[in-house]
Amino acid sequence: MIKFANVSKTYSGGQIALQKVNFEVKAGEMAFLTGHSGAGKSTILKLISLMERPSVGEVFINGHDLNQLRRKDIPYVRRDIGMIFQSHQLLMDRTVFDNVALPLVIEGYSRKHIVRRVSAALELVGLRNKQELSPKTLSGGEQQRVGIARAIVNNPPLLLADEPTGNLDPKLSLEIFHLFEQLNNRGMSIFIATHDLGLIARMKHRTLTLNQGRMIEDALQEDMFGVTTKLPGDMR
Amino acid sequence: MSLLFHGRETTPKVRKQSLWQRIRGGFTNHIRQILASLGELWRTPLASIMTIAVLGLSITLPSTLYILVKNSSQVTAGWGQAGEISLYLKEQTTLEQANGTLLSVRLMTEIADVELITAEQALLDFEAQSGLTNTLSYLDENPLPHVLVVTPKREHLAPTAAEHLLERLERLTHVDFGKLDIEWLKRLTAILSIASDIVWIIALLLCISVVLIIGNTIRLNILNQREEIIVMKLVGATDNFIRFPFLYTGIWYGLLGGLMAWFLVVFILWWIQSGIEALAELYQADFVLSGLDLTALTVILGLAVMLGLLGSYISVQKHIKEIEPK
Repeated sequence: MIKFANVSKTYSGGQIALQKVNFEVKAGEMAFLTGHSGAGKSTILKLISLMERPSVGEVFINGHDLNQLRRKDIPYVRRDIGMIFQSHQLLMDRTVFDNVALPLVIEGYSRKHIVRRVSAALELVGLRNKQELSPKTLSGGEQQRVGIARAIVNNPPLLLADEPTGNLDPKLSLEIFHLFEQLNNRGMSIFIATHDLGLIARMKHRTLTLNQGRMIEDALQEDMFGVTTKLPGDMR
Repeated sequence: MSLLFHGRETTPKVRKQSLWQRIRGGFTNHIRQILASLGELWRTPLASIMTIAVLGLSITLPSTLYILVKNSSQVTAGWGQAGEISLYLKEQTTLEQANGTLLSVRLMTEIADVELITAEQALLDFEAQSGLTNTLSYLDENPLPHVLVVTPKREHLAPTAAEHLLERLERLTHVDFGKLDIEWLKRLTAILSIASDIVWIIALLLCISVVLIIGNTIRLNILNQREEIIVMKLVGATDNFIRFPFLYTGIWYGLLGGLMAWFLVVFILWWIQSGIEALAELYQADFVLSGLDLTALTVILGLAVMLGLLGSYISVQKHIKEIEPK
């Protein structure tokens, strides 16, 4: 699903964001990405969501080599990545239904098909009864769930989440993480960037840890607070 | 849950749609975008009306001038006598020789009509018009020559063509000289030509301004919807998908501006019709101002739509690519 091979990223101005990062997230896997601010999490997410290209190394997303990908093909690759943002990125002048329907409208599905899938997605996140409301009238947690519904409505093989619980209280955060687990159980690969070590601790999933642009740890959660898994030499 | 995850793709491939699905999806999207772009204009009525009004007025001016020039050309085209050539035959030419010359002229392909005014007929006309009957009776002989009044065909009425024809006619055996008063016609033709050029220049400048106005309006629309464009790109919208609503907005602006221009032209022509009729009456002319026919209306609307499309296309090409998720 996601493969980083010796990836380095240097922004214009010389700022080094990533240094020789290697990791792979396989189909059906759920993994966390964590690290301090400035560690390089955002850069990894930007690479996966095709907003940036690596300076050195290779990034494969759903089998596509980013270095080889033509600009005009990027939208088609993005359709296979459900993206969830901390800031929700919702269209406030449209209804919840319209926001969730957007990926399907872009793909040109029929109205009937769109209604069925949007209803199912909203049902899953518990917002079926709010589909005609504006996102402005919803709480932060509800807006986040609208974002999740939009990310999964076209059934992408990969779900990418950037601080999905950043603005939510612990109870809501846990609910959303359980929702991700549900989706993962249905075969969706999930990659979550988060600071929320408490929540990570409660879940038994693989966790990648970044520090100053380097991957310093790649461990199963149950090891993180006990025994640290040693990475192979070429993975550090 | 089962519906949502039905047909899950777990293989790392971009989902491909069949050709039929793509055609149907593309068509559906275009219909949605056409209606959505019209709805966008409806949601911002004041701004839309102002833009359409500017376009309408910009197209009205050259359209009205074009119609006035066209009518002027029709009026002058009707002045066939302006191209008449009077051929004065030599003094000693007999009536038989005059009739022979008449026949020669009639056979020329450039000639629409020719009439012989004999010297006797000319004298009688002169006596009748001048009232000098008694005075003329003192003359020993008729001093007037036979005259051929030649009417060239329409394509030889223009000053240059008429002059060439006159030169040919003057070379005929019994012709003493010919007369063609074309100076005033030359001036009128030159004035109409300048007026026509000015209309085209004004039309060109206003067309450019229409393109710039629509381009700038679309640019502002794009900037206003920057966040929306970013979200759409993040969820997989192609540049074309984002581009088309703005192009349709440009087309709507052009179409509505063109319709407004048409209404205004009809109104202006109705307004000045009575004045022009009064002027025509003073010259005993049976002149009716011709307005916009179906062809002209189609041209105005087509041109307006093309300008709208061009303005929005230029703007969209430049700005949509610049907006990328960061």
